[in-house]
Amino acid sequence: MSATALLEVEDLSKQFGGFTALDAVSFSVAEGERLGLIGPNGSGKSTLVNCLCGALRHQGGSVRFAGARVDGLPAHQRTRLGMARSFQLPKPFRSLSVAENIRIPLLYTVNARKGAHLDAAALERRCHELLDLVGLAGKAMGRPRDLTQVEMRKLELARAMAAEPTLLIADEAMAGLSHAEVDDILALLHRLNEGGVTIILIEHIMRAVMSFSSRLVVLVAGRKIADGLPADVVRNPDVVKAYLGE
Amino acid sequence: MRTRTFWLVAILVGAVFFGLSLLAPNQYYFQAGYKVLQYVVLATAWNILGGYTGYVNFGSAAFFALGAYSTVALYKLLPVPLPVLILIGGVVSGVVGLGMGYLTLRLRGAFFSIATLALAVVVQTLITNWDFVGGSRGAYIIPPMRVPILGHYIEYLYLVMVALSVLAIGIARTIERSRLGYGFAAIRDDEQAAEAAGVPTLRLKLVATTLSGALMGMAGAPLPYYVTYLDPASGFNLAYAVNSIAMPLIGGMSFWLGPLIGALFLGSIQEYTTVAFSSSSGLNVLIVGVLLVGFVIVAPNGIIGLFEGLRGRRR
Amino acid sequence: MGVSADLLLSAIVAGILLGGFYAAVTVGVSISFGMLDIVNIAHPAFIILGSYLVYILNQNYAVDPILAALLLLPVFYALGAAVYQIYYVVFERRGDEALRGLAFFFGLLFIIEVALILAFGVDYRFVNADYVGTTLHYGPIDLPLRMLIPFGMSLLLLAALQLFLSRTFTGRAIMAVSQDREALQLMSANPAKIKRIAFGISIATAALAGAFLIIIQPVEPSVGRDYIGRIFAICVLGGLGSFPGLLVAAVLLGIVESITATFYGPSWAPAVAFGVLLLTLAFRPSGIMGR
Repeated sequence: MSATALLEVEDLSKQFGGFTALDAVSFSVAEGERLGLIGPNGSGKSTLVNCLCGALRHQGGSVRFAGARVDGLPAHQRTRLGMARSFQLPKPFRSLSVAENIRIPLLYTVNARKGAHLDAAALERRCHELLDLVGLAGKAMGRPRDLTQVEMRKLELARAMAAEPTLLIADEAMAGLSHAEVDDILALLHRLNEGGVTIILIEHIMRAVMSFSSRLVVLVAGRKIADGLPADVVRNPDVVKAYLGE
Repeated sequence: MRTRTFWLVAILVGAVFFGLSLLAPNQYYFQAGYKVLQYVVLATAWNILGGYTGYVNFGSAAFFALGAYSTVALYKLLPVPLPVLILIGGVVSGVVGLGMGYLTLRLRGAFFSIATLALAVVVQTLITNWDFVGGSRGAYIIPPMRVPILGHYIEYLYLVMVALSVLAIGIARTIERSRLGYGFAAIRDDEQAAEAAGVPTLRLKLVATTLSGALMGMAGAPLPYYVTYLDPASGFNLAYAVNSIAMPLIGGMSFWLGPLIGALFLGSIQEYTTVAFSSSSGLNVLIVGVLLVGFVIVAPNGIIGLFEGLRGRRR
Repeated sequence: MGVSADLLLSAIVAGILLGGFYAAVTVGVSISFGMLDIVNIAHPAFIILGSYLVYILNQNYAVDPILAALLLLPVFYALGAAVYQIYYVVFERRGDEALRGLAFFFGLLFIIEVALILAFGVDYRFVNADYVGTTLHYGPIDLPLRMLIPFGMSLLLLAALQLFLSRTFTGRAIMAVSQDREALQLMSANPAKIKRIAFGISIATAALAGAFLIIIQPVEPSVGRDYIGRIFAICVLGGLGSFPGLLVAAVLLGIVESITATFYGPSWAPAVAFGVLLLTLAFRPSGIMGR
């Protein structure tokens, strides 16, 4: 394992009753890397994300973040340590305004960490900054129910970004978006990455994954079957058979 | 309105309200008023856990009765002034709320609610079998006949309830505008997303159950002095459980005004039917049940929701 | 020593018979909660309603209680279908929070109980049937018919439901809905209609359970509340998925309750189920928890 590995996953396993969703998955993510995670539907990608972030408890293996084991920690503590995720199906806080949705991670993650606290004015500013970044500034006072599908995904991302993560896991953030919208999100993620945020991109849109990732991991039926440079991975016969050749 | 200002206004309103009440023609007003105000506290307390955080507590009667029964227990041990009794009732119910929360808050919402019902029955059974506080035979409490300045003891109880109502509403309002209130709302809307956003959901839910339970216990503490005879059947009366859910739901669960409106509205209706039809609690409680189901179906955002709908604005 | 062992034995036997009955009480919720994800906390109220209707038929028309329940089956089925339709239109279609659904059923529970109090008062009611007074004796074991017959009928009920769910088309559709709602929608079968049938069946079982109840013991309106704890304790212990598991859990609970009542007094009995429920919910991690 590399010395600057931000995330180290070793032999991660998860069962649901008799069904094995994840089977001894191991990989690591170096600081600043852009890791793409692909695999057919049902291969366990979302389960993996849930186990990494603490939404699910895994049975076997370990997860290390910034050198420390996070296995027993509840999700909110992992977020405070620097792991943030966006949900595949957007889960906004429906009774709050769009801006208030961003407030929650600011109040409970950023302000919960040691160091500088954002006062009321700074909080407001930061909310709007983030909404601006994803192009939702005009809808700040509106409700999530008034957003389009695309806008909800952007809100999802903005909320994850608000937690000022060192590792951002984007779970199929681009599903159903148009060509231009996909480029928008990619540009956003690139900018984040340049600012020092390590990114794990889980996607089906191959164009996006190929252009974005510096490394690719392939998951099929709960097992990792490939891990390397995108160009190499897509030529891997196992990958072609299991995933690409459909 | 800033929170500090709100508290000042609330205390002022409470004082004026009480002052005006002293002009009431007879004692009945204080008797009825006490009951309605009791519901204001119960409904507001319930709403902190139910409306703000989204966890439905069916066992309000348990917390309320624990407050009442800690008063009974202390009454038999040593003389303690009422405000202290209220505090103790609050602490007892708060601790039980904390314990219950710790046992049950990891559960999905529906199981949590059923667990609260289970808890209420367990507590009731325990107290029914505890002879020190009278068990199923009940206990007699003799309040002092007169109180300095005010005169009749019922007026003193009434004042205490006004104060508790102001306290409960003040706390509810303070929570709403605070970081805690945002946390509660996030939990209510999507607990998983709240966790992912850094909200310590378990800890906040425990705060909610403890606070809610404590306030209910405080509402129950003066009850023995009010009724002078307390037995488990009346202390754990299902009417408390239904009303503490119906009042916030019918009034509106999203902010402090809802439970207040619901309590005043439903409390008055029940008082009226009890007096007008002189039946035992059957009919008036039936009305509450019907209104509850009716509002849940037709106007889930309560009376407040109806108003806002009429004004064309959505909250 | 001999006396104590005999006492224990009869307590256990009584517990088994009681457990069978508890299974009939719970099977309706196993369908509505286990398969349809509807927290019908008002189920006990429907059971008590069934008891009272059976009582009326028995007192005024001298109908045998179990026969009366069978006559009531279609009525209760229709009632269940109607309740589900309201629930579906108001809650499920809107995708509203579970809180409102819970409040709805709680309100329903309350309304039924209070309506019964207003209509019948709080006196205990019981039924007359030939077998209510008879007891069979096998050595130290007493088998009162008023418990044995409901026990037997409960087993029949469970077996019949099991057959229905696994062998008939509608039954299998119900099982399918409980497992994968999306799949059924894709198949363009109408899940709402199937759920309505299932919920109707769930409430229909309440009619039978009500008959069994009033055969076993005298009934008054608030008796239903004790059963909420028993029902959900059994569901949690025995699984919402399988009837055999449900039966085992029900019998276990029956035995524990019976022993507690025999040796510690009947006033502790309601707390047993609720206590078991609380402990199980608190310490057993599988499937009930958020993760």
